[in-house]
Amino acid sequence: MLNVGKIEEGLVLDHIKAGKSMEIYRYLQLDKLDCTVAIIKNARSNKMKKKDIIKVECDINMLNLDILGYIDHNITVNIIQKGEIVEKMALHLPKEIKNVIHCHNPRCITSIEQELPHIFVLADEVKEIYRCKYCEEKYSKKASHDK
Amino acid sequence: MKHLLSPLDFSTEELDSLFHLADDIEREPGKYAHMCAGKKLATCFYEPSTRTRLSFETAMLNLGGNVIGFSDAASSSASKGESVADTTRVICCFADICAMRHPKEGAAYVAASRSSIPIINAGDGGHQHPTQTLTDLMTIHALKGRLGNFTIGLCGDLKFGRTVHSLINALVRYENVKFIFISPEELRVPDYIIEMLKEKEIPYEEVINLESCIPQLDLLYMTRVQRERFFNEEDYVRLKDFYILDRAKMALAKQDCLVLHPLPRVNEISVEVDEDERAVYFKQVQYGVYVRMALILTLLELV
Repeated sequence: MLNVGKIEEGLVLDHIKAGKSMEIYRYLQLDKLDCTVAIIKNARSNKMKKKDIIKVECDINMLNLDILGYIDHNITVNIIQKGEIVEKMALHLPKEIKNVIHCHNPRCITSIEQELPHIFVLADEVKEIYRCKYCEEKYSKKASHDK
Repeated sequence: MKHLLSPLDFSTEELDSLFHLADDIEREPGKYAHMCAGKKLATCFYEPSTRTRLSFETAMLNLGGNVIGFSDAASSSASKGESVADTTRVICCFADICAMRHPKEGAAYVAASRSSIPIINAGDGGHQHPTQTLTDLMTIHALKGRLGNFTIGLCGDLKFGRTVHSLINALVRYENVKFIFISPEELRVPDYIIEMLKEKEIPYEEVINLESCIPQLDLLYMTRVQRERFFNEEDYVRLKDFYILDRAKMALAKQDCLVLHPLPRVNEISVEVDEDERAVYFKQVQYGVYVRMALILTLLELV
């Protein structure tokens, strides 16, 4: 099996659904960071059979982790300091997400004004419903999973 | 600084103050005739709406202020591709307050987020039209003397009618309001409103027949079936005259049952009903001016 070394300071995103790591790489804008990033695809997992892992060696404040809660709240976020796990962060659905999902309402102002950020606000945490900040168009996270 | 983007932007206490101010304006208009002297209202109408624009302009002129603006997108910089955000920044240099109508939903929110002057949403597509809701509430407040403790029937197009949805959302904040939704099956009130009423345990009924429920109503809010909402002309023709309120139906209503309509009316209220004292839809237009006057004074912090 492929071995990737320990990191000294940063975070390890574990239990990423197999094949989803590149999506997370893009959402977290890891391409813009000048630090070591390791992406492990299709690693063996007892719990998930196959999983992806991302290791990032950087100051954790440089990353907006809220978005992870939206993408998949089952991801384990391990905070690493001096080579050891010091904290496992719980993920929640973020209150607001920007430019992650796009409003498909043809009557929404974002449909004609391209420079506007697509902002969705959490309207119902239990039902995982977001609404467009401009037109209030509903976006159900559960429904999008079911597709 | 406050904007008005949705009817729920004002608490019921703030609405009470607004309606009491509008009452006072109705009683003593002279007292307010110069309150906006030196102030300018910009009416930025990206789509035509004669009634709403004239109501805003009349309100500002009644307050001694001035009006600038445009009445369709073709005569604005939008035709050159200017964004709502940029137009708003420009308007802020000219005017003290702005009423904006735009065909796209959320346009007023974009304007407000970039604005240094109060923005009033004068209608953003099928989304919100808060000053129509204020007008409806003001009419009920002025002529019924209360906002609550009544049964209101909403009749016609309850599916697409944004004035109906906004009015329901505004009225659920008051005590003891019962709703009767009168519509053909195809134009029923949307499920999310029914769910909201169930959640709040607010009594409601859905019926098809107007005659059978009209005797129990304290208020009847009629709406027009809008041709532009239909993809199929056949459906529109079939449903447009589903309800026609006439003298015979009014004879079944209570002596103090008020009939409201956001206008324009087409066939859904027979002209013979206009003579009935309970038909208050033209008075409603006048209350729209009073409440817009009160709104302008409030947002400009002149009272």
